[in-house]
Amino acid sequence: MRVTILYFAALRERVGTGREVCALPAAVTTVDALKGWLASRGAPWSEAFAEMPRIRAAVDQAMARPDAALHDGAEVAFFPPVTGG
Amino acid sequence: MVRVQHENFDVGAEVERLRAGNPRVGAVACFIGVVRDLNDGDAIATMTLEHYPGMTEKALEGIVAQARGRWDLYDVLVVHRVGELRPTDPIVLVIVASAHRGEAFAACEFVMDYLKTEAPFWKKETTPAGARWVDARDSDDAARERWEGSAGTQ
Repeated sequence: MRVTILYFAALRERVGTGREVCALPAAVTTVDALKGWLASRGAPWSEAFAEMPRIRAAVDQAMARPDAALHDGAEVAFFPPVTGG
Repeated sequence: MVRVQHENFDVGAEVERLRAGNPRVGAVACFIGVVRDLNDGDAIATMTLEHYPGMTEKALEGIVAQARGRWDLYDVLVVHRVGELRPTDPIVLVIVASAHRGEAFAACEFVMDYLKTEAPFWKKETTPAGARWVDARDSDDAARERWEGSAGTQ
């Protein structure tokens, strides 16, 4: 399946992009698996996720737990804990 | 109603709009968050707010819907600014209109506690030592968790 991946704030700066579209291997079906797969590509993703252990995720613009399922066409976002207000 | 915008907001005009023509409104509670000139001991020159367009509005609407589910409210407005701000600039406005002060105060605090931990905004501040992203505070998580498991009070 293909998913759009968004990065925000410190993570966006660390990976050097705010958006990428990826075709995922069949085994990558959850948020946590996607994070692992992105990191398996090496730097900067491996370093960024290692340096920022509290990274949160959203699927289709709703907060998502690590075991949340992905689907073809999903918009998956990774970001540090929020600091608005 | 929720809005995310660069420009400042007019608190008086927003309050008047929210309660206009509704004689049942007996209480209006209002919270304004403001950029401070000091954070973690360092002088702040500017604060830039990034957000996740689309998700931000959904998250704020979800928080307002939760507040309406807990308390009997006539109207709720959340306005959050993004972009570059400076000390003394307003960042966020929450206004709640209800029949009595109890639910207005409580709902206003509830909306802010959830906004701080669930709405996708991020602050980057510039200090004399350079720019840095603001870290999330555990005290904000604790403030939100107070509400979990407790029903709305009238």
